[in-house]
Amino acid sequence: MALKMVKGSIDRMFDKNLQDLVRGIRNHKEDEAKYISQCIDEIKQELKQDNIAVKANAVCKLTYLQMLGYDISWAAFNIIEVMSASKFTFKRIGYLAASQCFHEGTDVIMLTTNQIRKDLSSPNQYDTGVALTGLSCFVTPDLARDLANDIMTLMSHTKPYIRKKAVLIMYKVFLKYPESLRPAFPRLKEKLEDPDPGVQSAAVNVICELARRNPKNYLSLAPLFFKLMTSSTNNWVLIKIIKLFGALTPLEPRLGKKLIEPLTNLIHSTSAMSLLYECVNTVIPILKSPVLARNNTVFLYVEKLYFVFFPPTVKYLGLLAMSKILKTHPKSVQSHKDLILQCLDDKDESIRLRALDLLYGMVSKKNLMEIVKKLMIHVDKAEGTTYRDELLTKIIDICSQSNYQYITNFEWYISILVELTRLEGTRHGHLIAAQMLDVAIRVKAIRKFAVSQMAMLLDNAHLIASNTQRNGICEVLYAAAWICGEFSDHLEESNQTLEAMLRPKVTTLPGHIQAVYVQNMVKLYASILQQKEQAGEKEAAQEITQLMIDRLPQFVQSADLEVQERASCILQLIKYIQKLQIKEVPVAEEVIALFAGELNPVAPKAQKKVPVPEGLDLDAWINEPPSDSESEDEKPRTIFHDEEQRHSRHRQPEIDEEELARRREVRKQEQANNPFYIKSSPSPQKQYQDTPGVEHIPVVQIDLSVPLKVPGMPMSDQYVKLEEERRHKQKLEKDKKKKKQKKEKKGKHRRHNSLHTESDEDIAPAQHVDIITEEMPENALPSDEDDKDPNDPYKALDIDLDKPLADSEKLPVQRHRNAENLKSPDTEAPLVGKKSKKPKKKEKKHKEKEREKEKKKEREKKVTEEGKKVKSSKHRKKKHKKEKEEKSKDKKKSKKKHHHSEEEPAESVQNGTLDDEPLPVRNWAALASLEKGGGTYDIQGNLQNDSQVTVSVIFENKSTSFLKSMELNVLDSLNAKMLRPEGSSVHDGIPVPFQLPPGISNEAQFVFTLQSIVMAQKLKGTLSFIVKNDNGSTHEKLDFKLHFSCASYLITTPCYSDAFAKLLESGDLHMSSIKVDGISISFQHLLAKICFYHHFSVVERVDSCASMYSRSIQGHHVCLLVKKGENSVSVDGKCNDSTLLSNLLDEMKETLSKC
Amino acid sequence: MRFMLLFSRQGKLRLQKWYLASSEKEKKKMVRELMQVVLARKPKMCSFLEWRDLKVVYKRYASLYFCCAIEGQDNELITLELIHRYVELLDKYFGSVCELDIIFNFEKAYFILDEFLMGGEIQDTSKKSVLKAIEQADLLQEEDESPRSVLEEMGLA
Repeated sequence: MALKMVKGSIDRMFDKNLQDLVRGIRNHKEDEAKYISQCIDEIKQELKQDNIAVKANAVCKLTYLQMLGYDISWAAFNIIEVMSASKFTFKRIGYLAASQCFHEGTDVIMLTTNQIRKDLSSPNQYDTGVALTGLSCFVTPDLARDLANDIMTLMSHTKPYIRKKAVLIMYKVFLKYPESLRPAFPRLKEKLEDPDPGVQSAAVNVICELARRNPKNYLSLAPLFFKLMTSSTNNWVLIKIIKLFGALTPLEPRLGKKLIEPLTNLIHSTSAMSLLYECVNTVIPILKSPVLARNNTVFLYVEKLYFVFFPPTVKYLGLLAMSKILKTHPKSVQSHKDLILQCLDDKDESIRLRALDLLYGMVSKKNLMEIVKKLMIHVDKAEGTTYRDELLTKIIDICSQSNYQYITNFEWYISILVELTRLEGTRHGHLIAAQMLDVAIRVKAIRKFAVSQMAMLLDNAHLIASNTQRNGICEVLYAAAWICGEFSDHLEESNQTLEAMLRPKVTTLPGHIQAVYVQNMVKLYASILQQKEQAGEKEAAQEITQLMIDRLPQFVQSADLEVQERASCILQLIKYIQKLQIKEVPVAEEVIALFAGELNPVAPKAQKKVPVPEGLDLDAWINEPPSDSESEDEKPRTIFHDEEQRHSRHRQPEIDEEELARRREVRKQEQANNPFYIKSSPSPQKQYQDTPGVEHIPVVQIDLSVPLKVPGMPMSDQYVKLEEERRHKQKLEKDKKKKKQKKEKKGKHRRHNSLHTESDEDIAPAQHVDIITEEMPENALPSDEDDKDPNDPYKALDIDLDKPLADSEKLPVQRHRNAENLKSPDTEAPLVGKKSKKPKKKEKKHKEKEREKEKKKEREKKVTEEGKKVKSSKHRKKKHKKEKEEKSKDKKKSKKKHHHSEEEPAESVQNGTLDDEPLPVRNWAALASLEKGGGTYDIQGNLQNDSQVTVSVIFENKSTSFLKSMELNVLDSLNAKMLRPEGSSVHDGIPVPFQLPPGISNEAQFVFTLQSIVMAQKLKGTLSFIVKNDNGSTHEKLDFKLHFSCASYLITTPCYSDAFAKLLESGDLHMSSIKVDGISISFQHLLAKICFYHHFSVVERVDSCASMYSRSIQGHHVCLLVKKGENSVSVDGKCNDSTLLSNLLDEMKETLSKC
Repeated sequence: MRFMLLFSRQGKLRLQKWYLASSEKEKKKMVRELMQVVLARKPKMCSFLEWRDLKVVYKRYASLYFCCAIEGQDNELITLELIHRYVELLDKYFGSVCELDIIFNFEKAYFILDEFLMGGEIQDTSKKSVLKAIEQADLLQEEDESPRSVLEEMGLA
């Protein structure tokens, strides 16, 4: 053995330590990997040795290698070995290695549980500290469950160093093991007032993090935090608290009002940017509420933000904060437009993108043109296609937001779109195209202009499409071709456009675009044909037909099926037309009829919502399978799939006039009956076919004086000027127009969301838009629910902390402290489990003053039966004891049983059992009893009218000491609050107005307000007091729970049978029933119990059947029908409120089952 | 805070602390990605960037980048202050710290960080108390080591 050790130690002297390793790695830059693998081999050898120092050194080196990216998971077991070293030096390294490389998938992690537990209870605080630190990095649900209780104990450690670590790690424990939150929370809360600032800030940290995720459970802590906020000077803590308030204010608007002042003070006084930033972030949403929206203050904040947040390193934050302000106070930000525009020049992309976001929210009718102009300049300057694309999408977003709300001149917008097509290499060609289509279709007044621009685009198609085949921008040609074809009657130089479309170059375009070309050139051809025929130019008409026949074959040869099919189909058609033309038959009318039909914008989802008429089988063929001409409607899905429905069109094949008229009639009828069909004007019949009804558009002044001389491309800038002039003019005519608009509105269909309604800036748009509000199916659910991620780790922590702890919720870990009090005089009850532990306790006792204290507390919770007996002769009792420690509970139970048997006939009642005596109106409940050297307090509750209830408490001092300065405090819940004197905070207790000499009892009353009474409530509370005896005075506390049962909200109210019958007939009562078996007491007895414990009165009784009635303090009627069978009782209840009823019945069931 | 990284201008990781345990593979990927993003940034750019669903706060001290990833709602500026505080602590402990100090005493750098932050939350806002805790722990370590002589270790003492 000794020899082995000697060998190990000698080896060790030649081992590399960490420094050697680092140096070695630095010296082997060339063959680092090789060197390291060699080192790892060495380390493996070292790990095999018994000497813990060698192992620790090896693990230390491994930790370094792990950082360099080498896998060291194979050494997990060795790490645990090092963790369990007794020497701090090694332990520290072991825990460090573990914290760096352990994670939930590490299988040996479960082996650490006991080691960690040992370290946690180590007398050396640094052992404990290092274990806590390590654990915080690799805690798993299992570890959290097993160690939660140990850590909770450490939260009350004597050393603040341990306390703060324990408090912090609890957060991690909560996340992994949410069940621990409720049992640990009271202690965590205590730590908010820890004398050590480190512990306090740790507690603030943890609670704030918890509260941010589930704020509603922490509302009751608001006053405490408010106090902390106004008293703390630690910026780190303040930031956390303010963040917490930020999460709470949306739930409790009154809080916001209170916060404004201290936060504003902080904003003005602090020199810390971080604090300022946090304050501003929190204040802004508060100011949203109309009462508080004093724009001046907001302006002030914005200014402040400005000066502080415009150095380059934090500019980002300034913009971020602005975007928050923008949501509530757009105007205050708008004044800084120029600065924000400057940010677009920033080198940093994240700043540029933030600035773009801001601009999106800043536009108004007034500044849209200006902002977009600036953006256009940036588009030209922008480096890198990603940013340019971003700009492009932003421009389109900005302009098209809320149904083109801010666009007053659509000619300008079309020009912008056309200018955007000059962008090279953008991916967003389809976006521009979609916009062009949308605008041209929806803004009728702009069609003429749009068509002329599109014709120009088609003419210059070579500029757009020339670069590359994959160029995204060529998508705009799709839109251009379609617009020119569809609205061909607006086209001036139709021939030229048609020729442009027939150029051989077109065949290099992508297939789906060619297909649209082919389709639309026929439309164009049709309209030219018509023109020529009407003008009697037969020659010209034949020429154009010949042109088509000459050029179409190039499309017939296309590789794209769609193009080929359409082209050959159309080619045949045109050849047929040519034949007719040669025979001098007029054909134009018939050709144009191919494309006749009104085009209306339809809501994207409207199609789905059209109800299927009765007797219609959608799957059956109506006629023969659809002819080729109908396939025209199909547009390539790939690009405009979301647009498709909007563009659905009605086309009719050649049919005779009569049929046409008949169909028109049918369709009109259909449209009239269809609520989802959006009519473009109040009188669509008149302009039905060829005239696109422009008359009914309000401000149709299309300024045709616009100089369009720039060959090829228009300049949007001109519109800015023109627009200004127009606006000026408009202003003069304002009054006149207003009247007109009003008229206009009346006549409009409801679903037309007119622009005029929202023009707060008095700028009427130049063109009218058919705006469609998107419709949702009626039964569509609001999607709020979907927002929550089911995998959200914080969701599990959404726990109501005000609810009292149930026994099942206690931490499942063995207790460190024993509930037994060694000195207690009343340990007569047999406590087997405890006794076995006593000796251990005794050994430790001398060391552990701290624990002694704890024990005392528990002792206090014990009950002396004496006190109760006295009460039970007078009052009924329900005992609800605060039973924190399971062991003390055991004891109590055994006592209770004992007690029961002692005074059987009198039926002293505990835990809700009943008393027979037809006694008083009061239903006493012992809230808690305390015994300290023979003293007892019995606390009883009683409730009174309205939404207020009064709780009467009898304090009885059974000890030999004098009790004074008693203060009763209750932890308010959202629903129930103790009524405190004006000006005191929620955390102040209410002093009991008397002192208690030994052996004296007295009664005090406390008022509570309740909001809802449909559910039973439990409130936790504490009674603090000073015990004064010969040895001096000590401060003591006693925890209790107040139980407000539903029955306690009922007031016994007599009711006559006819009124009762009427009530039952009224029908608006909810019904519920229960059945309880094994009832042996007489019916009379039973009714008496219900009357007494649940505050009912008997209305009528027939044999073993009775009707009963009661009213709640908030006026709910409760009717019961009680029937007794052989061994069972059934209770049918009716009540205005179903929750109240079911809760009442549950309570009743409990009572009855004890009979 | 999700994690903290220290890396050099050359893209060598000097320290990493993960407050949300994840697998090695994932960690490596994130480190590589983030290093690339941060190193590509120019000196005058702002200290914050949006990365994945996190916000990254970084600051450069000499050749070392200190880089923290925080969640959306966290305060960026306090994180910046936190980085600075950590640098101050290192500085106090090592006495004008340089990159080499951190390379050769990387475990100490971790210990200091662990005393300062725990589970991603600030543990103690007072520099003094952090340093005191470290000093005392070091003292304990020396006590462990001091009585040991080669002879003792060989079991001959």
